[in-house]
Amino acid sequence: EIEERLESLICRVGEKSTSSLESNLEGLAGVLEADLPNYKSKILRILCTVARLLPEKLTVYTTLVGLLNARNYNFGGEFVEAMIRQLKECLKANMYNEAVYLVRFLSDLVNCHVIAAPSMVAMFENFVSVTQEEDVPQVRCDWYVFAFLSSLPWVGKELYEKKDAEMDRILSQTESYLKRRQKIHVPMLQVWSADKPHPQEEYLDCLWAQIQKLKKDRWQERHILRPYLAFDSILCEALQHNLPPFTPPPHTEDSVYPMPRVIFRMFDYTDDPEGPVMPGSHSVERFVIEENLHCIIKSHWKERKTCAAQLLSYPGNNKIPLNYHIVEVVFAELFQLPVPPHIEVMYTTLLIELCKLQPGSLPQVLAQATEMLYMRLDTMNTTCIDRFMNWFSHHLSNFQFRWSWEDWSDCLTHDLDKPKPKFVREVLEKCMRLSYHQRIIDIVPATFSVLSPANPSCIYKYGDESNKSLPGYTVALCLTIAIKNKTSNDEIFGILKDVPNPNQDDDDGVVPGTLFHEVFKTLAESDEGKLHVLRVVYEVWKNHPQMIAVLVDKMIRTQIVDCAAVANWIFSPELAHDFTRFYIWEILHSTIRKMNKHVVKIQKELEETKARLARQHKRRDSDDDDDDDDRSSDREDGPLEEQIERLQEKVESAQSEQKNLFLVIFQRFIMILTEHLVRCETGGIDVITPWYKNCIERLQQIFLQHHQIIQQYMLTLENLLFTAELDHHILAVFQQFCALQA
Amino acid sequence: MCSVAMLSVLRSDSYAELSQYRDQHFRGNRYDQERLLKKSCTLYVGNLSFYTTEEQIYELFGKSGDIKKIIMGLDKVKKTACGFCFVEYYSRGDAENAMRYINGTRLDDRIIRTDWDAGFKEGRQYGRGRSGGQVRDEYRQDYDAGRGGYGKVVQPQ
Repeated sequence: EIEERLESLICRVGEKSTSSLESNLEGLAGVLEADLPNYKSKILRILCTVARLLPEKLTVYTTLVGLLNARNYNFGGEFVEAMIRQLKECLKANMYNEAVYLVRFLSDLVNCHVIAAPSMVAMFENFVSVTQEEDVPQVRCDWYVFAFLSSLPWVGKELYEKKDAEMDRILSQTESYLKRRQKIHVPMLQVWSADKPHPQEEYLDCLWAQIQKLKKDRWQERHILRPYLAFDSILCEALQHNLPPFTPPPHTEDSVYPMPRVIFRMFDYTDDPEGPVMPGSHSVERFVIEENLHCIIKSHWKERKTCAAQLLSYPGNNKIPLNYHIVEVVFAELFQLPVPPHIEVMYTTLLIELCKLQPGSLPQVLAQATEMLYMRLDTMNTTCIDRFMNWFSHHLSNFQFRWSWEDWSDCLTHDLDKPKPKFVREVLEKCMRLSYHQRIIDIVPATFSVLSPANPSCIYKYGDESNKSLPGYTVALCLTIAIKNKTSNDEIFGILKDVPNPNQDDDDGVVPGTLFHEVFKTLAESDEGKLHVLRVVYEVWKNHPQMIAVLVDKMIRTQIVDCAAVANWIFSPELAHDFTRFYIWEILHSTIRKMNKHVVKIQKELEETKARLARQHKRRDSDDDDDDDDRSSDREDGPLEEQIERLQEKVESAQSEQKNLFLVIFQRFIMILTEHLVRCETGGIDVITPWYKNCIERLQQIFLQHHQIIQQYMLTLENLLFTAELDHHILAVFQQFCALQA
Repeated sequence: MCSVAMLSVLRSDSYAELSQYRDQHFRGNRYDQERLLKKSCTLYVGNLSFYTTEEQIYELFGKSGDIKKIIMGLDKVKKTACGFCFVEYYSRGDAENAMRYINGTRLDDRIIRTDWDAGFKEGRQYGRGRSGGQVRDEYRQDYDAGRGGYGKVVQPQ
């Protein structure tokens, strides 16, 4: 198929080849020029798509377009028009990340003599004037400023040479916007709260500093590969097109702009003294390298071997410490707040693939990175510590748990609730879950035994089975038995429902009946009963946190407990001792996830049923019946309409349960934090204890991890829970969250 | 134009594709089997050690999503673990991520292999080798401490 062949040819240019890139581009331009009469629209579509989806090969494709424009002026014009159309569509569809790549592509077309510099400057003027709009979210202005600034590494020189006065004006307007924009959200997005050794900068601040430096260097930029330079003599003969005046689409209620970011930095040139010098944090090279590496991961995340290979074949290998850049970019994504761009386990496997391809160098960089992350645990965000812990334990399980634990024996001198020993404990617990208890005892030095996990087992506190006066204990046991025997969810629920009437005379003392009688009795009591069940599960399994998580999951799915009961249980005094342990939050977030999935599932059912009804109507309308028999139509619609009504109620009830769950969680956080703050203030002790840092960051985590859903509750949260009377420590978290989409 | 256009180079998802393996005991034709494999949420997991526990499997495979059920593969005679299992997820997307990121990595120090399964049916939890374990353990010549030592064909009677 011609289209596939064309797409393949275009996508493959720039890959490793026996011929030079220049000759490949020239050859391809010739082929495409010849195909233009018959396949113009297909070629246009493919080129627009690669501009949007392969930003790491930006300059390869702008060169190609430049060559085509030189050979066929009309085609160049049509391409520019198509790109503008695509840009507008992306903006309307809230596809802001891809829109940035389109803007960058257009700006690089100036370098290829396809677009006239003044018209590009005019577009950027319109972009930055968005900062003058009133009553629009800051994140909207942010995006237009970002799109402008992030194109300058590619085209700053050319634009400044042609229109320096206008550029100075735009830059000055940008600067005053950056000075006045609020940055309340920054603390919530920082991986480390400390500025040393590397400040965690807000992304626009960092980019501004980089562009300032670029300007000071007279826009000299040496990192970006520019194939079009080789074709300068051809390209400067080409006629340029003017971009049509571009009005940014107005802000609407449905507009959702990207959230602000904090730039993750963990390395600088001092970390690799032997190798090539790492570009500084405010150099534009650093920006371009990071952008391109992130784009490569975005393109190839499903194909881990390809992804690793593409990362390692990033050009400039001997001029930059590529392994360090790659490791930094991978950790930047893994630790990104609110959530990583891809599923966490992808990064573990990607790093393993990278180690396989560079066994002589990458593992050392990774070890160095691990050591640095460990050293800085004291100021690392709790959510990021979780991710570090998950990654490290999973990584170790692929390398026989080999690690120089003695290097970390400093953590033994700290209180066990401090970040370093806590981290090691959680890592060892996770390592044990992936192997077995004795293995973990064997791999750590004897001195680490205080940090070793408990041997996971059931606590038979009451060995005497005749002690049936302990309701709940039997619940926990029977559930355990049922689950271990693979009883299905329906069967468990069925067993529990078919409990015999406790008032019936049943002198047989049939043990199973009595067991389930206890269960039913406990369940019949409302919230207290559910809390009791959870408490007993904990008592029996507290040495086996994984089992607690499995049982809680089953109990929710079989509707023995509801999500809100689990939330209340987590904040109950009985669990205070384990409150900062990772498994507790694993359980809470899993519970919230189940609730969210439940709502989505029913909403989907409702949409599907509505669609079925619509199709039914459409079928009826298209029938050539001029016989308007309303009654028969109603009869046909009846069952579907009933179903829709029922589903509507189900959706509303599920959404209400979901909202209630979040309100319960926030309320309990407020209570427990306020208690701590009051106690500290009256006792005259410092508020910031390890427990407090953990708890307040857990609260942040709830906001960040479920931000889309919580956005719906802003008014309720503002008016009911996060009111002005609240302690400012707690209120700050809410304000930071509000600032994320402001 | 915006949301739909994709490039085949970016659509590539080789880890999540069907392998060449087709269960010979499957009741139904090839077409049915492939249809089920393409929408399955169940994975076959092979090359496990006989000592790998359900808890370990739950921990590792839980990294790609919530697990609905794990069924350990058993020796038909001894009814003990014989080195494989089935992992069922609630959603196909989670199973796909397991194929992309857990397949080919280590569990209990062994490189494990995952593949799509058409769905668990009673009886499929048993090894199909003559001695009761898996077929591969009947004929292999190497010594594998985690899988009962030498293959059955090599072991003294």
